[in-house]
Amino acid sequence: MTVLELRGIVKAFGDDVVLRGVDLAVDEHRVVALIGGSGSGKSTLLRCASLLETVDDGQVLLDGEDVTDPRVDADQVRRRMGVVFQAYNLFPHLSVLDNVTLAPTVVHGRSRAEAVEEARALLDRIGLADKAAEYPDRLSGGQQQRVAIVRALAVRPRVLLLDEVTSALDPELVGEVLSLVREVAAQGMTIVMATHEMGFARQVADTVAFLDGGVLLESGPPAQVLGEPQHPRTRQFLARVIDAGRL
Amino acid sequence: MALASTLLFAAVAYLAVTSSPGWPRVQATFFSPSVALESLPDIARGLLVNLQVLVVGGLLVLLVGLGTAALRTLRGPAFAPLRLLATAYVDLFRGMPLIIVLYLVGFGFPALGLQGVPTSPFVLGTAAIVLVYSAYVAEVFRAGIESVHPSQRAAARSLGLTHRQTMRIVVLPQALRTVTPALLNDFVALQKDVGLISVLGAVDAVRSAQIQVGQSFNFTPYVVAGLLFVLLAVPSARLADAVTARARRRQQSGSLL
Ligand SMILES: Nc1ncnc2c1ncn2[C@@H]1O[C@H](COP(=O)(O)OP(=O)(O)O)[C@@H](O)[C@H]1O
Ligand SMILES: [Mg+2]
Repeated sequence: MTVLELRGIVKAFGDDVVLRGVDLAVDEHRVVALIGGSGSGKSTLLRCASLLETVDDGQVLLDGEDVTDPRVDADQVRRRMGVVFQAYNLFPHLSVLDNVTLAPTVVHGRSRAEAVEEARALLDRIGLADKAAEYPDRLSGGQQQRVAIVRALAVRPRVLLLDEVTSALDPELVGEVLSLVREVAAQGMTIVMATHEMGFARQVADTVAFLDGGVLLESGPPAQVLGEPQHPRTRQFLARVIDAGRL
Repeated sequence: MALASTLLFAAVAYLAVTSSPGWPRVQATFFSPSVALESLPDIARGLLVNLQVLVVGGLLVLLVGLGTAALRTLRGPAFAPLRLLATAYVDLFRGMPLIIVLYLVGFGFPALGLQGVPTSPFVLGTAAIVLVYSAYVAEVFRAGIESVHPSQRAAARSLGLTHRQTMRIVVLPQALRTVTPALLNDFVALQKDVGLISVLGAVDAVRSAQIQVGQSFNFTPYVVAGLLFVLLAVPSARLADAVTARARRRQQSGSLL
């Protein structure tokens, strides 16, 4: 069953056409890794998928429903997706617990007690139960990003969109965030993740999709796209990544 | 050292003033203890009127200022007229001297002779002050709202919060923290500008002093009124300083993103 489907997504900022008709289908319980050079449009694609940007052309379908239809209430759609950003974007004026319970209580109308109980269980699972009352600036980058993932999970999303969630982290903190993503994926969450971590993509992703100049040049199983890339641009990109020591 | 030099400077200034040829006359007409004591009760009663304007006006300024700022930060073509209106309001009242707004509102409105339009100088004076100060405060709020990084909005909206919820729960609390020092400074300014309602004939501290000056041909009541305003302003000025220092410390420790 397809949870998230992108059909011919076109997005321009002024004269700068960033996405030139991108198609992508993500089946339930599957992990899609979105790779591509800096500026290739990965973030923009994820922002279009999560309705944080309006598309200029094409459709986003969530569980078969065209959610880019202007008659659809975008707020209602966004609450069914989870997004995690490169820079964590926790709310600095709210405690860790309040960051996690905000959407469940305010958006989903769950009782405070229920939301707190669930948030504590999630924080406990990532070993941060003792940080519930702390403010985000008291946490390390890795801890903040794990809280951000938990905050996105707390709304029980249909799909989780991760935008280079380890790119802002010190190298020694990358592991703890990746292992959380791995765990979330293992539990069956449908995930689209933009990433530069090719090793991780190879292990966890079901599909790797290579974005270049706003076009999805090729996609397929990790062994194929990362092992025997068909397109010269993909080979070029992967060679650069290998040079940078990330494969 | 700082204290010693300050004291020395004060002593020299004091001697220079008190040894000037006109000093005895100035002392008698501006600093007469008996006139001061006599005028104090009326002026203090007048100051209560200023305090009322300050409290009522201050609260209204917060509301109108915040509302105007919210209108100016609305996005999208549908809100263009509202944005334009808010911008025009801010430009108009930020540029116009308060005293002119006081005259226009205070004398213009009653002249219309409309039913139900209040004629009390207290109400009209407060309205004029609110009009002018809200324009300033709206800009303070707007700067605060825009200082909150767009990624905070994106995070809130991605969780499904509506525009309003995002403003109320995520943006405004952070903006408020940033602008509190500036708001307190505006409050200090407001504390003395409430004395201007006297030009409309409201019997406040300034007007009371004026009446007594007219009766006694002695300017000491003005000095008394002035000092009372200073006393009123000092605590909020200190509070503004403390809050500013705290905000700076927090910023230096880099707690905001
Ligand atoms: N809000 C925006 N306004 C203008 N240009 C943008 C905006 N967001 C992204 N871009 C441009 O779109 C292109 C793709 O950016 P992005 O999606 O962030 O790429 P990636 O995430 O793959 O590095 C870049 O050239 C970038 O400058
Ligand atoms: Mg990006």
